Amino acid sequence: MAAVTPLIETRALSRHFGGLKAVEAVDFTLQPGEIRAIIGPNGAGKTTFVSLICGRIAPSSGSIALDGNDITRLPAHKRVLAGIAYTFQITSIFPKLTVYDNVALSVQRRLLKAGRVVAGELDAGVAQALARVGLADRAQTLAGNLAYGHQRLLEVAMGLALEPRLLILDEPTQGLSDGEIEGFIALVREIAKEATVLLIEHNMPVVMQLAQKITVMNFGRVLAEGSAEEIRANAAVQEAYLGTGRDG
Amino acid sequence: MSAVGSNTRVWALHLGVIALLLAANFVLPEYHRGVFSRVLVLATFAMGYNLLFGYTGLLSLGHAMFFAAGLYGAGLPVYHLGWSVPLSFGTGILAGGTLALVIGVLALRTTGVAFMIVTMMFAQVFYLTTLYFTTWTRGEEGLVLSQAMRTIDPAGLDISLSNPSTRYLIALTLFSAVLLLMLRLVRSPFGRTLVAIRENEERMRMLGYDVFRAKLTAVVLSGLFCASAGAAYGLLFGYVGSGFASIQYSILPLLWVLLGGAATTLGPLVGTLFMFYIIDYTSGFTTAYLLLVGVALILLILFFPKGLLGTVRERWLKWLP
Repeated sequence: MAAVTPLIETRALSRHFGGLKAVEAVDFTLQPGEIRAIIGPNGAGKTTFVSLICGRIAPSSGSIALDGNDITRLPAHKRVLAGIAYTFQITSIFPKLTVYDNVALSVQRRLLKAGRVVAGELDAGVAQALARVGLADRAQTLAGNLAYGHQRLLEVAMGLALEPRLLILDEPTQGLSDGEIEGFIALVREIAKEATVLLIEHNMPVVMQLAQKITVMNFGRVLAEGSAEEIRANAAVQEAYLGTGRDG
Repeated sequence: MSAVGSNTRVWALHLGVIALLLAANFVLPEYHRGVFSRVLVLATFAMGYNLLFGYTGLLSLGHAMFFAAGLYGAGLPVYHLGWSVPLSFGTGILAGGTLALVIGVLALRTTGVAFMIVTMMFAQVFYLTTLYFTTWTRGEEGLVLSQAMRTIDPAGLDISLSNPSTRYLIALTLFSAVLLLMLRLVRSPFGRTLVAIRENEERMRMLGYDVFRAKLTAVVLSGLFCASAGAAYGLLFGYVGSGFASIQYSILPLLWVLLGGAATTLGPLVGTLFMFYIIDYTSGFTTAYLLLVGVALILLILFFPKGLLGTVRERWLKWLP
């Protein structure tokens, strides 16, 4: 591990729901510029874990640091301003607003942080984010009327428009067609040039193509961590995950 | 919604409505001018309610307290301390804003039905308080502000608020100011923020918005608008009574906004005007006029489910703000 300060570092991070140890004593580091995938069987605690990082859920114990600064107690909206963007596993957009307005909310947030919102900058920011995901011609469509795959892309565009330092994608390819997945892989590579990407993904070919490093979770704990080859060869992983609940 | 072309159209519409209302002062018969004066002030109350209910999606059943805070905040100093009209108008607005800030901080800890109940309970407390201090408020009977109390004389000019034309023009000024403020507000980034909170609060939090603060700001602005209406009402019509703090005055703005179209800038005016005139008209025929009003409302909801202007916007004029 290089001497760089990790972008994200968690120590003994835990979250219990009653008796259920959804996340248990996770030590995790993420270097700037990485594309990291988190895999694991259903119920392994992946979504809970990233929710702890982005602040949607408060931890039971442990700590989270961003650039070496403790953010364990920072509310979610301030973490977004600090550069952590989260896209939802279950598509969460504003269905009754236009595609333009959906993305404008992200761009506006970014501009507000820097000072004030100028209409021209807002339009430019929205156009740029929509162009990157290929939805430029849909700006005036109501988001709720988009096809499912396009709604997923809109969700990513909303994350992108925040210009985050860390983009967390929670099962982004779920429900996408093969063609759409190809486009998506190219998009994530594009994004990774400017931001660190943390990806929860069930689709193994996608993980193998994108991730430089893979973290495997099971029963709320980190089971293994390493490159795609190392994970493939890991016996414990094969038993817990690849051998049984492989889907996609 | 971002198109510059619609900008001119929108401002033209709103300024046109204000110009029409100004012209109405000179052509309306005396009786109707009186009705319009009241409607303009109460429509301002409805606009304040609309900001919270229509745009932010927070259903309050306690807005009578903000209206009444303005009413008493202005009326009590005039009546008991002999304060001037402009000064007491200011204290009325201040009272409403302060109350809204306190109530907002407490009530926004809840959402949905709980928010409704909590605001209603606070409003009941306010109502009972006005009855408790009967010595000062004279309760249901209320205080009548005499003509002499309601005179502004800056540099010897004697402006009496009981003069019908003066009253109308002041009501219109207040209405126009709040209408144009609302228009600017709902088309600003903050307006977009409020609508998005109404649509998907959790997503807004994860886009980096301080949702609580935005909602609190909306409550305070709503309280300020409603209090300005209450203060104007007391000063213009010379009566300050507990009836305005009762539950009825929490439900009326909801009804006016729903009729005219929630989350439309002009809906509150249309709804308030409609409600006043349908009662006025039907009560001329029969004493069972509420029956006719009820039937009219049912028909309206049937054919205009989103309120008059809300449905017009949905079907025909998509650019209406």
